[in-house]
Amino acid sequence: MQTPTLFALLLLLILVAYGTGFSRALTAARTSGGLRKLASLPSYYGLHTALWCGLPALLLLGIWLAFDDAIIRALVMNGIADKPDTVAGQNLLYAQIQNLAAGHLFGEASPQVQAAAERFTDLRNGSRNLQAALSLILAIGLGAFAVLRFSPQLRAREKVEKVLRGVLITCACAAIFTTVGILLSVLFESLRFFQSVPITEFLFGLHWSPQMALRADQVGSSGAFGAVPLFTGTLMVSAIAMFVAVPVGLMSAIYLAEYASKRVRTFAKPVIEILAGVPTVVYGFFAALTVAPFIRDLAMSMGLQASSESALAAGLVMGIMIIPFVSSLSDDVINAVPQSLRDGALGLGSTKSETVRKVVIPAALPGIVGGVLLAVSRAIGETMIVVMAAGLAANLTANPLESVTTVTVQIVTLLVGDQEFDSPKTLAAFALGLMLFLSTLVLNFIALHVVKKYREQYD
Amino acid sequence: MNTMTLDATGQAEPVQPKPLEKEAVDTKTKVRETVGKPFCDSAKLRMRNVNVFYGEAQAIHDVSLDIGRNEVVAMIGPSGCGKSTFLRCLNRMNDTIEGCRVEGELALDDEPIYGPKVDVVPLRARVGMVFQKPNPFPKSIYENVAYGPKIHGIASRRAELDEIVENSLRRAGLWNEVKDRLDKPGTGLSGGQQQRLCIARAIAVSPEVILMDEPCSALDPIATARIEELIDELRENYTIAIVTHSMQQAARVSQRTAYFHLGHLVEVNDTETVFTNPQHELTEAYITGRFG
Repeated sequence: MQTPTLFALLLLLILVAYGTGFSRALTAARTSGGLRKLASLPSYYGLHTALWCGLPALLLLGIWLAFDDAIIRALVMNGIADKPDTVAGQNLLYAQIQNLAAGHLFGEASPQVQAAAERFTDLRNGSRNLQAALSLILAIGLGAFAVLRFSPQLRAREKVEKVLRGVLITCACAAIFTTVGILLSVLFESLRFFQSVPITEFLFGLHWSPQMALRADQVGSSGAFGAVPLFTGTLMVSAIAMFVAVPVGLMSAIYLAEYASKRVRTFAKPVIEILAGVPTVVYGFFAALTVAPFIRDLAMSMGLQASSESALAAGLVMGIMIIPFVSSLSDDVINAVPQSLRDGALGLGSTKSETVRKVVIPAALPGIVGGVLLAVSRAIGETMIVVMAAGLAANLTANPLESVTTVTVQIVTLLVGDQEFDSPKTLAAFALGLMLFLSTLVLNFIALHVVKKYREQYD
Repeated sequence: MNTMTLDATGQAEPVQPKPLEKEAVDTKTKVRETVGKPFCDSAKLRMRNVNVFYGEAQAIHDVSLDIGRNEVVAMIGPSGCGKSTFLRCLNRMNDTIEGCRVEGELALDDEPIYGPKVDVVPLRARVGMVFQKPNPFPKSIYENVAYGPKIHGIASRRAELDEIVENSLRRAGLWNEVKDRLDKPGTGLSGGQQQRLCIARAIAVSPEVILMDEPCSALDPIATARIEELIDELRENYTIAIVTHSMQQAARVSQRTAYFHLGHLVEVNDTETVFTNPQHELTEAYITGRFG
């Protein structure tokens, strides 16, 4: 039986089970004198029966589908006398067998392959039939068991809710396990990288030139993996971005929260937040095509040397991108400062600006710091703008007019194009990713901690 | 006496009373003018024909009242009667509420409180305020008290500032409790201590008038008793207007009591007279607990 048909059949069985449970409960209620005599509502009895019927069968089906391919392959390949030695060769052979079994014949198949293909077909059909039979038997059997076990005293609701709780926990775990999985894979690949390049060289080396020789006789590509220029580049671009975003964002937040009339506020706040909705790639070409040439020309007119791709251009545009983060978060915290504090300050004869500077901002400061830290971690992780506007040259420089490169840009360039996945060049991307992950993790952790502490103060 | 229609009046918001049409007419016929002694000879604050509007709604109707030098005037009345609104006119704290409009003559020492040429900053330095809920700044105890003198440039040297802080805390009866932890946050004090800290903060700028808006409503009886003692001591140097929900408190701390009803000033008299021999039927109904 085909798998989709089986699914449809199971679904039908589940519906039947629900209906049976539901109607049994109704009948029991009618004969025993009202719904209140039942331990749960009829729909819970329906769900209870349906879960008994469907859940184990679907689980079995899922596990079966996950493993049957591997088992069939193992069985088929074991039956072949002279297998190729390499993994690639075995893959090729198995693909050939599968194709033959599916009827896509190409060329002349050896008798050995033909026998294997027949075996494959038998195994697969057997597996499908067994799978269908087992899951249907399981569904019908357990469904019948649940129907037979029915009694008005059965606490169906509690059982159903227990299962639902399990479903909720599974969903919640999915995100956590994904994070852990990503972290682990990055970690292990990084460890592989550190086997070929010492971690001290990676962390403290001043030269970044990740070109590996493809052939032994290739010239001038020994590969250097000192990541310090990348770190300083990232720091410089982020610092320029924060230099733009923090004052502008904070002041616009102060204006919106303290000075703007209600009408201006309801209009201006969403408009500022639109900035956050602009795709970063749009910011990127804005930076590369408009801002960077403008900065170069400006610098030239002042008699300074400037590269056409500069840290300043990328940082400025990134700062503009981050403004809404800072302003929106700060605006929320400033609004959360109790009016009574403002009244207290005004009642002592403070001017509006004294109230804001000396009372409101200090009271909101922890929250503002939290917001700024979140913005920093966003700036460090930002990729598109720097790819387009900051350049690729790993210069170790403090001059914002020169082109620099960042961790994220290097990850992109390391993984773009044809690469072996076991050369240090590609593995370096994982090491860089790990650094990035750790630094944003620490920043987020501090930021959330600070924000939480602030919340406790006023709740 | 027809008090039936008045019971519902306690429901209105304290800052934005919206008296029902029928009741407003009803009171208008009853409150033609204020009964008792609204005026005095040596007035510190002089208010004449004050009307306050929140947008369309009128919160204060034609109130005239004097507050004398070194006098404590208590303002009582059911919730939403406009007593807090009236108090907040005296140092223009109503300016912070959008859509609030004040008409009439208000004067502090014969200088107008409202007007195009009046700067609210020095006005509020002269007319301090203590709020219903203690609202110390999230700073140290010392910084809380030193805040006012610093922004007004009252003290130039550290030693002067220290002296002002100590004096203010002493007068607020808090010095002995906090002298060893002046650098600890003011928000860490108990409710009663916080309120006394707010009073110390208010008197640190040496105001002439102190407005108190239900200063004890968030405090327990012991803390309340301390504040009441304090008010009595402060009377020697300051003029005090206090809004309170507790009639006992009004009786204990004030020399004159003003009874507000639906935005009208019904009766002002010596406190003893108000509580023993009220002149107006509405006052009598309120203090005998028939409504409010």
